[in-house]
Amino acid sequence: MIGIIQYGAGNIFSLTAALDRLGIRYGMISHESDFEQYDRYIIPGVGHAGAAMGKLENTGLVPAIRQLKKPVLGVCVGMQLITAFSEEGNAGLLNIVPVKTLRFQEDTSLKVPHTGWNRVYSRETDDLFKGIDQDAYFYFVHSYFIEYNNLYTLASTQYGIEFSAAIRKDNFFGVQFHPEKSGSAGETLLKNFAHL
Amino acid sequence: MEEINLSKNSPSGNLAKRIVPCLDVKDGRTVKGVNFVDLRDAGDPVELAWQYSQQGADELVFLDITATYERRKTMVELVKAVARNVNIPFTIGGGINEIADADILLNSGADKISINSAAVRNPELIDQLAKTFGVQFVVIAVDTRCVGNQNLVHLNGGRIATEHETFKWIKEAESRGAGEILLTSMDHDGTKAGFDCGFLKQVNNQIGIPLIASGGAGNQQHFVDVFKDAGVDAALAASVFHYGEILIPDLKQTLKNNQIEVRL
Repeated sequence: MIGIIQYGAGNIFSLTAALDRLGIRYGMISHESDFEQYDRYIIPGVGHAGAAMGKLENTGLVPAIRQLKKPVLGVCVGMQLITAFSEEGNAGLLNIVPVKTLRFQEDTSLKVPHTGWNRVYSRETDDLFKGIDQDAYFYFVHSYFIEYNNLYTLASTQYGIEFSAAIRKDNFFGVQFHPEKSGSAGETLLKNFAHL
Repeated sequence: MEEINLSKNSPSGNLAKRIVPCLDVKDGRTVKGVNFVDLRDAGDPVELAWQYSQQGADELVFLDITATYERRKTMVELVKAVARNVNIPFTIGGGINEIADADILLNSGADKISINSAAVRNPELIDQLAKTFGVQFVVIAVDTRCVGNQNLVHLNGGRIATEHETFKWIKEAESRGAGEILLTSMDHDGTKAGFDCGFLKQVNNQIGIPLIASGGAGNQQHFVDVFKDAGVDAALAASVFHYGEILIPDLKQTLKNNQIEVRL
């Protein structure tokens, strides 16, 4: 059963709706004592990474999150939170995965936010991407991205530069796209996470 | 208009051009007729949305034209039902006037909201929405019509002209925090004679946020043209999809055959 970490950053209606459609059970985490009821966790999030980090710190859940040994999936800003730093608000983040969250360059002629369906190249066969084409389309909408890293990038996407569409360090996973909005590929990924 | 030659030809990776069916909804029911053969209930926006998602639509726009006091309630119910059943992103528009309207729609599962006349009446609303929810949530819909030799923003489905020059208004909306522009050419809307590629290209080349083209789709070539000639990020249409004149899988294949990146 998945525990969704509640800290007030954005709506989770679409995420829980997707889990409902897939028959994946979940509950909400707002206190440290809630963690033990679940065998895996999702950190959701939309909006401003710096502001989201502030809200997460206010919950008092940060020390418990750092110590989690069961699978954790950060989605969008929830993924950015497990990195070290974001240029959005020049904020220090959880630093579970030592990579940075950067802004798409204004001086490129690429439009920002990066909005729409882009190909996600999963670098290796990881159970999170099991059964998903290695160049499948997922839905993105974001102005900040996580830099590509040889050690931690699980899947990459090209938008002006190559960035991390998914990262992993040990039991911590993150995806920049929205699996709950990414058609059948996204649903497969959520199912994979539920069975890791 | 001053033509600034900003190239949008740099590598955008494999970001796909988006096909966006638009559904008009009143009192929780779709307004325009829809004739999919396998529909149980052609008036049910949720079933239609699901059908479109299965056919390969990249996202959906719902325009709620309910005029009663029940409007907000019916919009929220619609948004929740769509979010529960559909696995692609969607935008809801129609009568969103304040932060509280947007907040309840966000929490009901809407990915984006579309603001039109409320933003013209109160441009500050764009700043407030972007600050509160992030730019990715804020689509500014602009209805434009050519008057003399000027493109002017129009309200109420193109019936009321404003003094806003369209391009200037779009730039203002962008600078205030719009995350995307939905530009409908009222001179082309309903003609099925093709999108307003000339004006769309001018706008597209001079904004740094995604542009959705709307108005004039009549056949598959029109979509090829609007992506190839104007370079827009997405193209929206209603009746050609609802009446089955263009099937989305066929359209996607045609676009792909024309070397346009699409999600198949």
